[in-house]
This record gives sequence, C-alpha cells and structure tokens, in this order.
Amino acid sequence: MEERSIEMGVKIKSMKYDEFRDNETLETFIKPGGGILLSTLDDIIDWGRSNSVWPLTFATSCCGIEMMATGASRHDFARFGIEVYRASPRQADVIVVAGTIVNKMAPVLKRLYDQMSEPKFVIAMGACAVSGGPFYYNCYHVIRGVDHVIPVDVYIPGCPPRPEALLYGVMQLQRKIKLNKMVDAPKINKSNR
Amino acid sequence: MDIEKLKERVITLVPEAQLEDNKQFVSFVIPSDKFRLVVENLKSSEDTAFDYLFCLTGVDMGKDLMVVYHLSSTKYGHEIVFKVKLSDRENPSVDTISDLYRAADFYEREVYDLLGIKFNNHGDMRRIFLDENWKGYPLRKDYIDEINIVEL
Amino acid sequence: MKEVIHTPVPKVEEEEYHINMGPQHPSTHGVLRLVVTLQGEIVKKVQPHCGYIHRGIEKMCEKDTYPQIIHLTDRMDYLSAHINNHAVCLLVENALQIEVPERVKYIRTIMDELARIQSHQLWWASFGMDLGGLTCFFYGLRDREKILDIWEETTGGRFLQSYYTPGGLMWDIHPDFQKNVKAFIKYFRKKIRDYDRILSGNVIFRERSINVGPLSKEDAINYAITGPSGRGSGFSCDVRKHHPYALYDKVDFKEILYHEGDTLARYLVRMDEMHESMHIIEQLIDNIPEGDYTAKMKAVIKLPAGEYYQRVESARGELGVYCISDGNKTPYRMKFRTPSFSNLGVLDYISREFKIADLVVIGGSLDLVIPDIDR
Repeated sequence: MEERSIEMGVKIKSMKYDEFRDNETLETFIKPGGGILLSTLDDIIDWGRSNSVWPLTFATSCCGIEMMATGASRHDFARFGIEVYRASPRQADVIVVAGTIVNKMAPVLKRLYDQMSEPKFVIAMGACAVSGGPFYYNCYHVIRGVDHVIPVDVYIPGCPPRPEALLYGVMQLQRKIKLNKMVDAPKINKSNR
Repeated sequence: MDIEKLKERVITLVPEAQLEDNKQFVSFVIPSDKFRLVVENLKSSEDTAFDYLFCLTGVDMGKDLMVVYHLSSTKYGHEIVFKVKLSDRENPSVDTISDLYRAADFYEREVYDLLGIKFNNHGDMRRIFLDENWKGYPLRKDYIDEINIVEL
Repeated sequence: MKEVIHTPVPKVEEEEYHINMGPQHPSTHGVLRLVVTLQGEIVKKVQPHCGYIHRGIEKMCEKDTYPQIIHLTDRMDYLSAHINNHAVCLLVENALQIEVPERVKYIRTIMDELARIQSHQLWWASFGMDLGGLTCFFYGLRDREKILDIWEETTGGRFLQSYYTPGGLMWDIHPDFQKNVKAFIKYFRKKIRDYDRILSGNVIFRERSINVGPLSKEDAINYAITGPSGRGSGFSCDVRKHHPYALYDKVDFKEILYHEGDTLARYLVRMDEMHESMHIIEQLIDNIPEGDYTAKMKAVIKLPAGEYYQRVESARGELGVYCISDGNKTPYRMKFRTPSFSNLGVLDYISREFKIADLVVIGGSLDLVIPDIDR
C-alpha cells in the first residue's frame, strides 16, 4: 500500500510529496521498523484515523468565523473527513485553536485538552494562536502563542487565514497522522534515546 | 431646553461647578460629593429629562483620576457631560448611579477593574474582565508589569 | 377483599441549583460564561462572566498612532469591521477639520451597508442553527460568500480589511465593483424571500419567539440598549438618523421600529434592515462621482489637545469612540463605547422566569459578539 523509504522522500498515497512545503519536518517523524503484519495494521489504522478527524467546537474570536466559513457550503471541509463538530471534548479528536488565548482562558483550554482522549491533535490557527499576532506588543493579558499551554502539531499563519489555508493545514495534519507507527524500531545506539 | 438655560440650571444646583471649554458638548466639572444630587435632579425634572446614559469613562490624568459621564435626553435631544475629579489615588471613590441608570452597573464595574475607582453603594463591586486575584489596575499610567507586557 | 395500602410519597423539595454554560459552548457565540441559577427548568438568575477574550485594546491604543489603531478596531467587532474603522476615521477627520472627497463618502457608505447586510446574514445563520435548523447556517453563509468575493476583489482581504484610513481610502475600488454589487443585490432579493419562508413564517419558530424575553421601551432606554435590539422595543436610537454622518442625510431610508419588544420583534427588525440597506445601496451605486480616493494628509497625524466623541451605527448598536488627546501622535486615552457591552446587561433582566431553552433564543436575538464586550 504505502512505501516508506527515506532516501526518496516520504510516499503517501494520493498526497504527492512535491505539492507540499515543509517536508523536512515530516521526515523527522518517520520511524522505521515493525514487521509485515504490524505495518499493514498501521496503514489501516492510520488511514482510518487521518480521514476522519472530528474537531471540538472551539472558537474564540475572528478566526472562528473563518473556520465556520470553511465548514459552509463553498469550501466544504466535510469532504476532508471533518464531518461533525463535537460539543464535548471527550468525543473529539482534534482541537482547532482559532483565536486569541488570554490569561483568563488558558486554564480552561488546558482543562479541555486534558479531557480529550488519545490520540489527540492540536492545530493552532491564525497569527494569535501561533505567536500572539497583532497583540504581541504592549498587551498585558494575551498569551503569545498557544504552544505555551498545550503542544501543537500544525501551525497555520494568517490573520485570519483563508479557508484554503485551513484546508492545507488539515492536509498536513493528515500526512503527519499517516506516519504514525505502533511499534518503535529498536535503537541501534541506545544512548541516542 | 437650550444651552444657556441648561448651564444656568446646573450652576443653580451646584455653584461650585466649573464650565469647561468643549466645542462639542456642554461640559461641567462637578465635585464628587455633589455629583449624585445633580444627576438625580436632572433625571427627574420634567423639563430636562436626562434618561439615557451612553458613556461612562475612567481616565488617569497623571496626578488625579477622573470619571466622565455622557448623558442624553431621548425626549428633547440635548446632551451634557459631567466630569468628577478624584485626587486620592490610594482609595478613590464616588457615589454610584447604577440605581438611576441600570446601564451604569457594568460600566462602573469596568472602571473599577481597570482603574481602581470604587463606587459607593453599588452592591456588586468586583472585577469584570480580569481574574479576581489580579494585582494592580492596568489602565493607570504607572502600571508596571514586567512579566506580561512586551514593550516595542 | 384486599386492603389497599397507601405508602406516603415523599415530597421532593425544589431547591435552586447553579449550572455553568462554560466559556466553550456551542451556543454562546464565543467565549461567554453564564452561571445560570435554575429552579427545575425555570431560570431565576443569569450571571455573565466576561473577560475570556479581554485583549486590552484600550491600553494598546495609547502606544499606537492613529492609522495603526484602525487595524485594532477591525478586530473588536469583526462582523462590522468597516463600520468600526469608519468611526476612528471620522474622529480624526472631524478633529482636524478635513473635508474628504465626495467619492470617498459614497464608497464608504456603500461598504458600510454591505457590512451591515453581511453581519445580519451571519446572525441569521447562527440564530437558525441555535434553534436547531441547520439549513439556515448553510443558506446564510452561502449568500455571505458573495459579499466576501466583492470585498476581496477590491481590498484583497476576505473579512478584515482595514480599508479606510484617516483622510480617505487605502486605494480605489476595482472597475468591476459596481457591476458586482448590482448583481449581488438582484441575487439576494430573491434569496431573502427564502429566508422568510424558512424561518419567519415557520410555526415552530413563532411559538418559540412570540412573547419570549419582553423588553419595554423605558427599560431599553434605562439599560442603554441600542441597535436592532432597542428598536425592537420602540426606542428610536438610530445614529444614522439622529446624528447623521457620511451620506446618510442625503439618502432616503426608514428607521425600522417595532413596539412589541419580544424576540420576534428583534428578529423582524434585522430582516427589514437588510431590505433597507439594499435600498440605500441601490440609490448610491450608480452615482459614484469621479475624484480622488483620499484627501491630502500629513505623514504624521497629531490631533490638537482636547476631547472628541464620535458615534456611528454599527450592526449591533451605537458605537462610540471617545478620545482625549494631548497633542502627540498617539492618543492619551481612547475609550470605545461598544454596543454589545450594554446589551449584555439586559440578558439577566429579560430571561427571568423563562425556561432554559428560551435562554439560548434570547441570547441569540440580542446578537452579542463577545470580543465587542471584552475589547
């Protein structure tokens, strides 16, 4: 189904390597190993997981409206598998942090993230979530980047990012999920762990 | 009611009121202990009928603190601005008008939160935007916050 | 005959309990936390907790120059972004007594009315979705995309553009602007009849909104409720009529007033306002005069010392900008009197003694945008 060979670049079915940027980061996720049985099982499970990530309804400010516009009929993101929005964090796979996070909201975000069950992913959408955005200087209440609170998988810049940019970010996340493996290869040099 | 009569009415109620030089509105500086008296009178009299409070601002003037009230009348259309200067920076306080104008309920809580001015007899004087245990009042000019603010 | 034994049924005591509609919730339209005190299903008290998106814009304005403040006001009430920018531009122009060219006034009025239609479309979409009709979400956003296309052609941005600048506009409109706006109006007049058929005439919607959340005119004035929420109670507060700016004293439009004060009245005010906005645009779109797109301004803008107050009618109500200047290039104090902040104050008062399901309907009819409350 899918080949993993590091020398020629990562090959993922129907997601051409050359059409994406930032392939260097993607290659660091490749972990060789596992036998035939486990790698086939990996492929099936990763295919299932990446094509149906369900997000949590979480939108703080302006980027939330662009996320709603991405879900509407013109740039439909249900065709990428993001079919349903779940209201409860226990039923969600991904949290798309759309909007500014302030000091008062940070404990709430941490609690929501902790309530999600593994495997869980985070997309930081918009300049405010990536690094504080237009509110970086002279502001006493804004957290400069949501990765101070929770670990982030994909960063999408823009203020607000276009719907096409959000779809590109979701596709990058799908590529990352497809490289997950159940079993780590035995390390040759144990001190590198 | 025209502007001159309005000015006379305020000066009759409070002789210490000072008229300000403002091209847009009729603007008075009122001492903080007489302020509530003026507002009650202007709201309840039939010929002035100031029933709409559209803006309540707190300002840090450097040495004193100031609260600015913008009032208007829906019946006659005239508008007036009152300013109350408070010289005590440690415990500034002024009487509330939230029982006369229910809009002032949230406005006064915001001024307390960001500038520290207390409103007597408000009934629910607590912070509205920041956390309960936030130290300091951010909109004051001498507010220093090394951790949170990144200067350009 | 068997005896019937009666066991006494214990009386269930009804106490009040508090539930938390937390900051992350599908129907609070943003990060607003409501602590609702309930007795059974009847709402006794609602306490809003704001501040979850308080970014300190007023403090940031004290260190920014006037053209930079335009970019911050965009993000305050992002659904009427153009109207927020208009307020700050008018403040600077009136303070320096600069006369902008006629062409600029025409374009600004048309863009403002497009912003109002777009905001009401999004309101209708999310209001219908809160009530359970997901179709409204797709219809409203589908039609809103047409306005975003028009904006993108001229300004480059889909929905936060910072297109106005003190003295005029950033650049001129696209040559196809007039054609596209006329095509949009023709398209939307047909679609808005669908909106009425889906929701306004729907018997379920009417049962859920007639006599729900009543607000009298005296209370609306006392709580300073402006905008469509206030006009649904008969409070005539349209800034475009009482303190006209741009071209609003030269175009012919009605101020929509309903007197019942319930949710249905507030809903119908917004639907009629969309018609009025299209009527205003039709009067202006063919007559845009030729000319410059900006007046001559100095490179560094300094307002003379003093205080200035400028008010405009945003899609939610009266937006006021109060500026105290001391002669420098940054303001000394900039205060934004936002409509959603005052409209929030009445949520507790009008939802008492209604059921918890009605709370969502009432909150939706007040059309709150949370960053507008918190700034």
